[in-house]
Amino acid sequence: MSARAEAPRRHRHSAGVQLILDFLHRLPPYRWTQARLVRWGITGRTAVAAIPYFWLLLFFLVPFIIVLKIAFSDARIGIPPYQPLVQWMEGGVMQINVHLKNFYSMVEDSLYWKAYLNSIKVAGISTVLCLLIGYPMAYAVARAQSTWRHILLMMVILPFWTSFLLRVYAWIGILKNNGLINNFLMWTGLIDEPIVMLQTDFAIYVGIVYSYLPFMILPLYSNLEKMDLTLLEAAADLGARPFKTFMTITLPLSLPGIVAGSMLVFIPAVGEFVIPELLGPSDSLMIGKVLWQVFFTKRDWPAACAVAIALLLLLVIPIVLLQRAQAAEARGAHR
Amino acid sequence: MKQSSTFRISVLVFGFAFLYIPILSLIVYSFNKSRLVTVWGGFSTQWYGRLLENRQILDAAWLSLKIAAINATGAVILGTLAGLALARFGKFRGRTLLSGMTTAPLVMPEVITGLSLLMLFVVMEGAFGWPAGRGFTTITIAHMTLTLAYVTVIVQSRLSSLDDSLEEAAMDLGARPAKIFFLITLPIIAPALVSGWLLSFTISLDDLVVTSFVSGPGSSTLPMVIFSKVRLGVSPDINALATIIVLLVTIGVILAGIFMARQEKRRLRDMQMAAAAK
Repeated sequence: MSARAEAPRRHRHSAGVQLILDFLHRLPPYRWTQARLVRWGITGRTAVAAIPYFWLLLFFLVPFIIVLKIAFSDARIGIPPYQPLVQWMEGGVMQINVHLKNFYSMVEDSLYWKAYLNSIKVAGISTVLCLLIGYPMAYAVARAQSTWRHILLMMVILPFWTSFLLRVYAWIGILKNNGLINNFLMWTGLIDEPIVMLQTDFAIYVGIVYSYLPFMILPLYSNLEKMDLTLLEAAADLGARPFKTFMTITLPLSLPGIVAGSMLVFIPAVGEFVIPELLGPSDSLMIGKVLWQVFFTKRDWPAACAVAIALLLLLVIPIVLLQRAQAAEARGAHR
Repeated sequence: MKQSSTFRISVLVFGFAFLYIPILSLIVYSFNKSRLVTVWGGFSTQWYGRLLENRQILDAAWLSLKIAAINATGAVILGTLAGLALARFGKFRGRTLLSGMTTAPLVMPEVITGLSLLMLFVVMEGAFGWPAGRGFTTITIAHMTLTLAYVTVIVQSRLSSLDDSLEEAAMDLGARPAKIFFLITLPIIAPALVSGWLLSFTISLDDLVVTSFVSGPGSSTLPMVIFSKVRLGVSPDINALATIIVLLVTIGVILAGIFMARQEKRRLRDMQMAAAAK
């Protein structure tokens, strides 16, 4: 269809929208409401920002305050299964029940400690593995011919669109004792007995690296793609070897991308539940799994809230790092 | 130079093999006759037939689709407002907080988001009697909170990559802000809205952890049903289901990609024609 043929249709569409808007503007309720709102200092602009603001305050920020509150209360049998923090006694006396029990038990009970440390270890190693696989991939995609680049980028993003749960599930079929890898290795005669891979820590690493790899590649790609290639040419002209050029120019310049990608992998991986549950050993200690079990199996809401608060505190530094890296990237883009 | 391109090609081949072999294995084994998913027992489509007879899965899929569609629509509306505010309103009071609240859900471990939303719903029900019980409404609200962050990021980056000269010109000519939005801004960000809608739709369709926290009796979504089956080990009908989902998503993403590429081309052409007419 040529642009000329399309133009009238699009024009008509715009005219339609205009007609509706003009009609709405003429309606008395519109004018009345607008006048009222303006008198209160509420312009259209304020309303646009206020609606998502209010939504996020109510459904994202307030819940954390509630979790913090419940973390300081004690479990009880009933609905809801925790004791209120503030109780009104007879004669208008206010009783405040603050329990530090949940936080004490997190210090005392080695289960929590081990789960925290193990989660940090697993997430940390997975992040490094993602970086080792993701960096060369992002580099190769960013330096590919422009026709190929879009297809390759699409191919990086596509698995991210298909179900996370099903992609983790696929690894069960690959890693289990009579799964794809073991069947193949036995068929080639390299091994006689299947190697136990499912329900091991190895499987957790595979699962996390596989699931979060696109999160590592995308920020690295967007960083490497807009890098000034003349710098590299200059270095080559001056006689620097490719390895040295990479270490002294490409790597330092891509640092914001590395930090952003690493944090995008590390932060969700620390609290990962599905991967250790489906691929890991049944006694694997990951904090996300512990939280799930405390909540759903033990039904101890205050303890689960305390675990969540501790996990959140653990993630404050990585989240700040991520924000800074993203701000640095955004500045770089506007330069 | 030759050496480095061989290196890059092998990196890509291995990398994409790692990303795609699991998905391909799901598809291949869905046509396996044998109940032992990974032992090949001949070609068969029987698991697809079984799937269509499984009421539990069909009901869950229908519920998930309904939630996903409502969620995506709501998230696109809220996310567009937030993205517009962040990209076009300059510095306003509380901008940092809004920006923080829209990026934090992207990385927040889902167990935390799920738990905190459930606590909110329980407290709200105790205080105002709404939302009564947990199910469709609470799941949709939770998903919207989660996915509006994605839409915001997409819309915001689309708007910041385009200058606001058209909007300013319209404003100079005396157009009302609402008119500018519907006639100029909206058509420009339409591709971002399409991808935001699709992304919100698939994230909602796929979410297990947050949903498990905020769902109630009788409202098991598709991922919850899949998870309870998969926990017990591999099952061939799940492979069939996975194949259907993967195919639908791939077709959807490719169609959307083509649509957006055409939109973008047309916009660029219009801009060029406008520039030429000057």
